[in-house]
Amino acid sequence: MAAEIRNYTLNFGPQHPAAHGVLRLVLELDGEVVERADPHIGLLHRATEKLAESKTFMQSLPYMDRLDYVSMMANEHAYVMAIEKLAGIQVPLRAQYIRVMFDEITRILNHLLWIGSHGLDCGAMTIFLYAFREREDLMDCYEAVSGARMHAAYYRPGGVYRDLPDTMPQYQASKVRNAAAIKKLNSNREGSLLDFIEDFTNRFPTYVDEYETLLTDNRIWKQRTVGIGVLTPERAKALGLTGAMLRGSGVEWDLRKKQPYEVYDRLDFDIPVGRNGDCYDRYLVRVEEMRQSNRIIKQCVEWLRKNPGPVIVDDHKVAPPSRLDMKSNMEELIHHFKLFTEGMHVPEGEAYAAIEHPKGEFGIYMVSDGANKPYRLKIRAPGFAHLAALDEMARGHMLADVVAIIGTQDIVFGEIDR
Amino acid sequence: MTITLNTLVDQLRASLPEAAIGALKVAFDEVTVEIPAAQWQAASLILRDQLHFEGCVDVCGVDYSAYQDGVWEGPRFAAVYHLLSYANNVRLRVRVYCPDDDFPVIPSMVEVWPGLNWYEREAFDLYGIVFEGHPDLRRILTDYGFVGHPFRKDFPVSGYVEMRYDPEQGRVIYQPVTIEPREITPRIIREENYGGR
Repeated sequence: MAAEIRNYTLNFGPQHPAAHGVLRLVLELDGEVVERADPHIGLLHRATEKLAESKTFMQSLPYMDRLDYVSMMANEHAYVMAIEKLAGIQVPLRAQYIRVMFDEITRILNHLLWIGSHGLDCGAMTIFLYAFREREDLMDCYEAVSGARMHAAYYRPGGVYRDLPDTMPQYQASKVRNAAAIKKLNSNREGSLLDFIEDFTNRFPTYVDEYETLLTDNRIWKQRTVGIGVLTPERAKALGLTGAMLRGSGVEWDLRKKQPYEVYDRLDFDIPVGRNGDCYDRYLVRVEEMRQSNRIIKQCVEWLRKNPGPVIVDDHKVAPPSRLDMKSNMEELIHHFKLFTEGMHVPEGEAYAAIEHPKGEFGIYMVSDGANKPYRLKIRAPGFAHLAALDEMARGHMLADVVAIIGTQDIVFGEIDR
Repeated sequence: MTITLNTLVDQLRASLPEAAIGALKVAFDEVTVEIPAAQWQAASLILRDQLHFEGCVDVCGVDYSAYQDGVWEGPRFAAVYHLLSYANNVRLRVRVYCPDDDFPVIPSMVEVWPGLNWYEREAFDLYGIVFEGHPDLRRILTDYGFVGHPFRKDFPVSGYVEMRYDPEQGRVIYQPVTIEPREITPRIIREENYGGR
């Protein structure tokens, strides 16, 4: 007599290392096959959009860092672009290049975290350690430019907060490392931030080769990802998927090419697309995106070296005056005071600004009624649509494949729960 | 192929029935069309099948009751859809007002754009907009057992209940909030040309 087989419901998370944060997943299983996946989200809901309605435009900016907390500056970018669109602000060219450069640094940061954690979920340990080694260097770039390693709050409506620094933060001698070892560690930090970034872009392609050596032809990795979570191009479009989730299915759609913003139309880069729409193709797409980002950063560094200039608009209704002027000039003092108490006013209207975020299309829909605060701010987070598609992607797969699908979706709860 | 906004406006006027276009506006390089809730179902199919808006990237609930400190006269709630055409590389914003302020209902678009499932649940959760025909209209972002719709303008930022651990009962309890909502920077709308601008 055959054993009686029962369907049962499994609670996955909210405290599970492979749930990438606070995902509670109610899985209906038939043996080990998933029949239905019902993600319960909202455990990290902080009502960012509601909070923004009671804060001035400038005060809400740091909240953007905390949405997708592995690609901080990309979130800020969409937010300031929405304000600039409504207020008709022209951003100086140098600021646009700086933004693009940091967007791509952010993309690499995000993809490194993704490749590390996705690998870890599927049983590859080393890749995680390798990826975090490079993340450290990029975090130092964040620190050099904004003072914070993660939550930078560097972009401003009208430009960026300040120009690129001439020095890099350096390691200090300690009980663990002597002066000679520190000197070696600091060898590429003697020059400016641009020197350090250039050095990084020269080293980085070799690192990507190392990641590929670990995973691309790895038998276990392919067994875990090839043919898992397959999406057809039509289905991916209908489900509202964007970014690598869409390109992995073979749709050539990237806002940097299709609806270029800032200076992307002046830069030379390619858009990788997949063929089969499975987890492995999305992996290949993201790895190639890292190489392309590296190319973009190189071009930005070269341009930024040659072209000094202002990095924020000279309109004191939007951007603060310099500290020196503020302390020596009455009118500038008034501007400073008004800007930091009442804040800027954005003309009445509504605008949607979208950028190609590392995870997909990240959009800000802003309604302003002419006040010093947004009337309504809607954050269109790419991960929200991706997680909504989890049910369809996981159906019929084994329990262990759900983990691979969560990994390939690049889920971060800061942006999904908002 | 990329089409210009003027082409899109012409196409909209040509394909949508007259009754379906409440208002049509071009601002900030974006086209906004207002469609009455009764026409929305039919219009959505025209937009998807004839004008190639295969994707809908966002649905956003809006509560207009406090707009410009209460001068708003139209319906209170609206759902704003952001459509995207991959074929024509163009975006369209559709605003659908809910006819009844006390019980806002509009038809669900999950059948047309399956990716909208969660977005409509979110607008229902936060604004109480009921999407008629939605297969699974549950709350999504707020807590299990939450009461009210928190993004409505008459819902305080600090909410009505707070949660803490009660050592006497040995469990987590809900109680009325003990903090006052405070607003550090007041909300101001300046007259035109304020400060010589």
